[in-house]
Amino acid sequence: MAQGPVLCFTDRGIHCPAGDFHIDPWRPVDRAIVTHAHSDHARAGMGHYLATPRTLAAMRHRLGPIRAQALEFGVPLRIGGATVSLHPAGHVPGSAQVRVEVAGEVWAASGDYKTVPDGLSEPFEPVRCHAFISECTFGLPVFRWRPEAEIRAEVNRWWAQNAAGGRASVLGAYSLGKAQRLLAGLDPGIGPILTHGAVEEMTAILRAGGLALPPTLRVVPGVDGRSHPGALVLAPPSALGSPWARRFGAASEGFASGWMRLRGIRRRRSVDRGFVISDHADWDGLNLAIRETGAERVFVTHGYTAPFRRWLAEQGYDAAIAATDWQGEESEAPGAEAAE
Amino acid sequence: MKRFAALFLALESTTRTSEKTAALAAYFREAPEQDRLWTIALLSGRRPKRAVTASRLAEWAAEAAGLPGWLFEESYAVTGDLAETIALILPPPRAPEPATLTGWITRIRGLALLPEPERRGAVLAAWAALDGAERFLFNKLITGGFRMGVAQGLMTRALAQATGIAEPELALRLMGDWTPDSTTFSALVLTGDPGADLTRPYPFCLAHALEQQPEALGAPSDWAADWKWDGIRGQAVLRGGRFSLWSRGEELVTDRFPELAELGDRLPGGTVIDGEILAFSVEGGGAPLPFAALQRRIGRKTVSRKLLAEVPVILMAYDLLEEGGRDVRAEPLAARLAALRRLVEGMPASAPLRLSAPLAFADWAELTALRAGAAAAGAEGVMIKRLASAYHVGRRRGDWWKWKLDPMTFDAVMVYAQAGHGRRANLYTDFTFALWQGDALVPVTKAYSGLTDSEFAEISAWVRRNTLERFGPVRRVAPDLVFEIAFEGIRESPRHKSGIALRFPRMLRWRRDKPASEADTLEAAQALLKARR
Repeated sequence: MAQGPVLCFTDRGIHCPAGDFHIDPWRPVDRAIVTHAHSDHARAGMGHYLATPRTLAAMRHRLGPIRAQALEFGVPLRIGGATVSLHPAGHVPGSAQVRVEVAGEVWAASGDYKTVPDGLSEPFEPVRCHAFISECTFGLPVFRWRPEAEIRAEVNRWWAQNAAGGRASVLGAYSLGKAQRLLAGLDPGIGPILTHGAVEEMTAILRAGGLALPPTLRVVPGVDGRSHPGALVLAPPSALGSPWARRFGAASEGFASGWMRLRGIRRRRSVDRGFVISDHADWDGLNLAIRETGAERVFVTHGYTAPFRRWLAEQGYDAAIAATDWQGEESEAPGAEAAE
Repeated sequence: MKRFAALFLALESTTRTSEKTAALAAYFREAPEQDRLWTIALLSGRRPKRAVTASRLAEWAAEAAGLPGWLFEESYAVTGDLAETIALILPPPRAPEPATLTGWITRIRGLALLPEPERRGAVLAAWAALDGAERFLFNKLITGGFRMGVAQGLMTRALAQATGIAEPELALRLMGDWTPDSTTFSALVLTGDPGADLTRPYPFCLAHALEQQPEALGAPSDWAADWKWDGIRGQAVLRGGRFSLWSRGEELVTDRFPELAELGDRLPGGTVIDGEILAFSVEGGGAPLPFAALQRRIGRKTVSRKLLAEVPVILMAYDLLEEGGRDVRAEPLAARLAALRRLVEGMPASAPLRLSAPLAFADWAELTALRAGAAAAGAEGVMIKRLASAYHVGRRRGDWWKWKLDPMTFDAVMVYAQAGHGRRANLYTDFTFALWQGDALVPVTKAYSGLTDSEFAEISAWVRRNTLERFGPVRRVAPDLVFEIAFEGIRESPRHKSGIALRFPRMLRWRRDKPASEADTLEAAQALLKARR
């Protein structure tokens, strides 16, 4: 067994003393392993990065030139006294859990994850470990998602209805991951699919990385509701209700987020349609994932940490809260942070 | 219930009034008649009584979902809604069952008669039979807390579209003391027998806030003004020897204000008066008591003799809607006021009815000066009404204006923050503010509203980074942020450490320009107390 803990929580991120690297650090460090390219996990200013090829491609787009090494899923890499490997987290394409083994003891850091396949991201793979570091953005039993096929049908029905009524459908979704997941489920037979620049750029990167996605057209002057009647427009949530969205006239606005499960938040967003679609695990998913790790110790990071920790403790886990700077799923414009 | 749930979802899935109206009108054309009647009843606040207590429901739902009670409570704290929490945590339905809205309501009303074990069984069976929105609505009905976010005006418009009957006529037909047991859809909506309901009030005419200067209203001689009283809007109805008192929320409050029943003996038959139910001291020339006094009477169904003596109420009359059994709402305000004055002058001085005296003003400057003295008169501001105007149904712009005193304000420091629930489940929105007393900050008030969503989001992020201590859901934060707090009233309160309590406090703006050291003192707030009354 190792002398100290395999991983410890610092004010910069999760640190591995044996390998002297950090996982998803939020302050500058020499060596960073990054689970996925969302901005609260992949930050600028690290000396050297390690991530999956898909995550690195998105990070290079976001952060510009960086010193980095790509590591494929399931390939062990020796770093100092630690053996590191990456395993699919099912959160967004390329997203990984980090498995760290030191002297026979295994810890796994989940980053963000979901257990149910979304048809696009590499499906979540349970990692057997002694200690598991889990997010719990939606760690309350009111959060339950419906099967992917039902969600896809619901979005297409909404789009088809709007198209029949001569209205554009503007769908707000995070530009990395959620937007492409929605795109993969759209039925191009209904009408043209337009994209906001931020979504188009991320989509192009994922296409270049080998993902097959329906054709899209970037919104530029001249590409709007009139030139493409009955279109579905994929845009970041911040674009909903903005001057940018006005070019689509009396469009119906939809927002895809796990937060849309709550009526109060649906009403606050006051969009026409809230779709309950999340790239984070729901209550059942969190419980299943933790069970399948076989871990006895569980650290919960961001989300409903206090009740979820207590629930795990009552289920017999040695559970603790670890403070991090990660944010979970945004329900507001980018930059806003959710309360715990 | 499926159709009703579909209506609910349609109303929730759009923010456009025209689409809401269309969805509701379609429902009023297609739904079974008895369901239509119940829908009108529910949307106008005529809800079935609570059949099961909230704590029992929470307990049964947690059991059925296999969750500990504390985790149910944590979930409830986030949704802010019992019915929603239950609907979300229960497993999917096992035995879906089609039944109408009326069918479910009948079952819910039957629950109250059952012994508890059977009541529990019936509720669990209903949960197993209903899914999603249907389960949520069932829970809303069973807890007596049903609300659907449809304004009465919107419902009336939809009903007008569905039936072809004019809106004002429908609005009148839907007023009063009916229940789905006492009438039918056809009698209430389609026939609308005017003699049927002796207690029926008229739809209230509502004022808009005056946002510009009164000069914009044109010639002062076209307008009447009186004080805007700080009580409860009410309508006194006397027909066929029967006296009824209605509040603006269309609630029958006759029994809560027994001293006003005397008006039933004194007024001529066929009289309807619109006015303010006001706590009023008859000593001296008579003066209104602060709203805080009236608050002691609100919500009490039986009133002790002691309270009656300490907080007597009167009706401060400002309009006459029915005279000698004749609906006079279409006559000009000037004529209605003249008739009202004759009526009040014919009463003995001891009667609990006063005329809201007209404020005489030759020009707008004079009225502006009068308004400045509103607080001293025990009023909130002035009402300005067009002399030629009819008594409208609902809130129509142009003829009735309320011109309130500017709120009082001070700059206070945020010291505690708590996450909201419901609409604001994942943001810090409930704040406690403090004022300086020497070197110490003394908490004086809480406030929840007045900022934009993006400001709340920014402050939520700040709270997370600047938490000093946690007490359950409450965080003590660094005393750095300053907000301008506006409020409508201030009174002494021995229950509060600061010694003061505010009425309608809200955040007027975030004073990013002010350091905490420049926030106001408790002493300055206490000075406001003296200045206002």
